[in-house]
Amino acid sequence: MSSNKTSRIGEETRVDKVNAELVTLTYGTIVAQLCQDYDSNYQDVNKQLEKMGYNIGMRLIEDFLAKSGVGRCANFRDTADMIAKVGFKIFLNVTPTVTNWTSDNTQFSLIFEENPLADFVELPDDGRAQDELWFSNILCGVLRGALEMVQMQIEAHFVSDVLRGDDTTEMRVSLVRYIEDEMPPEEE
Amino acid sequence: MALSLRNPTLINRDQHKMSYYFTILSPTDTPLFNIAFGTSKGGGDGIARFRFPETAQYMNQFIIHSSLDILEEAQWTNGSMYLKHIDTYPPAAAYITAFLTPSGARFLLLHQPPHLPSSTGSSGLGASSLLGSAGSTTRASSSSIAANPTSPQTEEAVRQFMNEVYENYVKTAMNPFYKQGMEIKSPVFRTRVTAAGKKWL
Repeated sequence: MSSNKTSRIGEETRVDKVNAELVTLTYGTIVAQLCQDYDSNYQDVNKQLEKMGYNIGMRLIEDFLAKSGVGRCANFRDTADMIAKVGFKIFLNVTPTVTNWTSDNTQFSLIFEENPLADFVELPDDGRAQDELWFSNILCGVLRGALEMVQMQIEAHFVSDVLRGDDTTEMRVSLVRYIEDEMPPEEE
Repeated sequence: MALSLRNPTLINRDQHKMSYYFTILSPTDTPLFNIAFGTSKGGGDGIARFRFPETAQYMNQFIIHSSLDILEEAQWTNGSMYLKHIDTYPPAAAYITAFLTPSGARFLLLHQPPHLPSSTGSSGLGASSLLGSAGSTTRASSSSIAANPTSPQTEEAVRQFMNEVYENYVKTAMNPFYKQGMEIKSPVFRTRVTAAGKKWL
C-alpha cells in the first residue's frame, strides 16, 4: 500500500471531536495517581502504564479495523506506516515520523513532534522522575496489545522524551515474531 | 524641549530602576510563589535593590499581606481581573498592584522606587511632569514606569506582565503533578515569570 494512500485513510477516518484538555488531564491524573500509589517507584509506574495500554490496545485494534476499513499489511514496514499515519491520526490526531529502520526491517522508531498526552506536564522535581519515568508509556502498551491481536509480537519502549529534557520524543518498536496459529494450550 | 526631557532622564538614571517583589497567594492566603526582581527596561540590570535590604525579605511579605483587606474590597468594585494600583505603604514607598484570577488566586506586585521622594529633587519631578504632557509623543515608557508607579504607562506595563504570568499560571495549574494550593516549585514557571518581568517591567 502506498504511503500516500495510508495518509489519506488516516485523514478521512480521523475523529475530529474530542477535547484535548480532557484527554490530557485524564491521562495526567492517572499517571500522577499511579506515582502516588506506587510511592514514586517509577519502574513500577512504567510497567503499570504499559499493562494498561496493553489492555486498551487489545480492544482498540477492533475499533481501529472497523473504523479505518484497512486490510492486511504486506510487511512490517506497511504496519509501521499504518500505525503512524492511520492509528495515531485516528485516535490522537498526531502523525509520528517513522524512521531509523534496521536493515532487516524489524525495528523502527516513532518520533513524536507533538504528544497530546504530555501537554502542560512537568515531571516531578524529585531528581528521579526525570531519569526513570516514561510519562507516555501507555502508548507502548497500546501498540503491543493491538499488534498482538493481529499476530505480531512486538516490543516497544521509549528511548527519549522531551519531558526529560531530550530533544525529541522517540519510541523504539521491534518485531519479535509473527505469531503462528497455535492450539490453545489447555485444550485436549 | 527634547533636550530638557532627555537630560533629567540621564541624570536620574538610577532613579528609574524600580525594585519589584511579586507574589502569588492562594484563595486562602497561602503564599504559592515569590520572586524579587528589578527594572530591566531602559538599561536596567533586572536586579532588585530594595531600600532596606536587610528587612526587605519579610517586610515585602508583610506589606503585601497588609494590602489584602483592600484587595478584598477592590475585587467587587469592577468585573476585571486586573485591579491596578490598590494600595500604597508610604513608609517604604511601596506600591501594590493586584490581579485576581477567577478561581481566587491573587497576584500581587509590590514596586518600590529606589530613593525616598524627597531625595529625587526637582529634576525628578520635572521629568515626570514633562512626561505627563509629552508622554504620548515620546513614549518614554521605560523611564515613566519607574518615575511614577501609578501612571497609566505603568499600569499598562503591569497589566501586560500580569496577563503573561496568568497565562503561565494556568499552564502550571494544568500540570497533573502540581497539586492545587501547593507551592509552585516549577523552574519553568520561574523562568517564565522572570522573562515576563524582563519584557514588560
